[in-house]
Amino acid sequence: MAEQPTALTVTQLVAQLRRAVESSLGQVWIKGEITSFKAYGSGHWYFTLRDAESAIRCVMWKTYTTRVGSLPADGTGVYALGNPTVWEERGELRLQIQVLLPTSGIGLQQLARERVRAALEKDGLLDPARKRLLPEFPRAIAVVTSPDGAALRDIITVTRRRWPSVRLLVVPAKVQGEEAPAALVRALGIVNRLPQADLCIIGRGGGAREDLIAFDDEAVCRAVAALRVPSISAVGHETDISLTDLVADLRAATPSAAVERAVPDQEDCRRHLGSLAARLAHGLERRTGLVSARLARSGDRIQVAMARRIEAPRARLDRVAGQLEALSPLRVLARGYSVARTADGRVARRRSDLPAGTSFHLRVSDGDVAARAE
Amino acid sequence: MSHESKPPAPDSLSTDLRRLEEIVRQLESDDTDLDRALGLFEEGVARLRAARDRLAEAEARVQKVLEDASGQLTVTDFEE
Repeated sequence: MAEQPTALTVTQLVAQLRRAVESSLGQVWIKGEITSFKAYGSGHWYFTLRDAESAIRCVMWKTYTTRVGSLPADGTGVYALGNPTVWEERGELRLQIQVLLPTSGIGLQQLARERVRAALEKDGLLDPARKRLLPEFPRAIAVVTSPDGAALRDIITVTRRRWPSVRLLVVPAKVQGEEAPAALVRALGIVNRLPQADLCIIGRGGGAREDLIAFDDEAVCRAVAALRVPSISAVGHETDISLTDLVADLRAATPSAAVERAVPDQEDCRRHLGSLAARLAHGLERRTGLVSARLARSGDRIQVAMARRIEAPRARLDRVAGQLEALSPLRVLARGYSVARTADGRVARRRSDLPAGTSFHLRVSDGDVAARAE
Repeated sequence: MSHESKPPAPDSLSTDLRRLEEIVRQLESDDTDLDRALGLFEEGVARLRAARDRLAEAEARVQKVLEDASGQLTVTDFEE
């Protein structure tokens, strides 16, 4: 039989069909009912989606099935997000599913949420590169939340404990119910008109999933993205992730955790200042040669004090600062020490620096005295 | 009731800490002459005191921001 150069191999044909199918539709939402559901040990799921007239075989890879809460029963109405392809080994049409949501109540909510997320993603609002750094020591934090919720109480308590020198500017807003999204958007707009604010926390305490949906609202998410200052989103409990969490510069698991990320801990800061104080004292001691053995011993005491865990870091810091003042060269001079400098300004440390007949300057507490070595 | 429109200044604590770290590094290095070391030390002590004062600032003020019908913002103390 003569070769027919125009004939495609099966592989070529199927590959072309696959390309045609994949490029024709891309990712789509499909509404249907699950039948012939089979979950394999590998974690992959195989099932058919059907409606009154048609059916299509579907596959959902393990990567995606692990995100679905429970195994869907046959007959479950679902919204599925997937892309059609051709399974080349068998030349069969397949729908590869990435998201599966039941059409019952909560499923509709999730569908709405997925749509908002896709819209935000499309506009680049979920891009990690957008995330801004939080200020190191904020002076005023705008807090968008309910004025009488547990979240605000927690935020106030933790702020006072960790970093009492910051100001909280509460911008009250309803955080649940139909009016909540508009109220949150309005409050976020007010934050942008508070020039003294340098950080914004938006959030609420835990609640039922449907109590948190204002934080999945598209307008609210866009208002968070439009904040002039860096933002922390803290909605509900640790396991709740709202869309505002994805848009904000930082997500905190709870309102208390938001404060822990927003402000440093004053005790840490005092400890750090204490160690800088000790290094300052030792640095000077090494550089000058002015500091006597007695002062060096007090320097050692500083170090010992540093090494110990201190109950009252404030008192310790005061003590260190007091010792530092005692170490100040001018105080040392005031106690009757003086510094001799040669004509070219070098400090005279040894007899050989000042041979007989040399003129030099003597620095005393209130000024310089001209002197000569005998 | 107060009305504020000053933009936040960069926090002095941040500046003081950076500068203190720099001063300590310079004092710990071997190429600082005495005059300079004395100056650095004096500045370090002053910055240390400023940082400590900043930490001791008054207890966190909690205020409430409200917008009136004409769009004016008012900041009042928050009643807990």
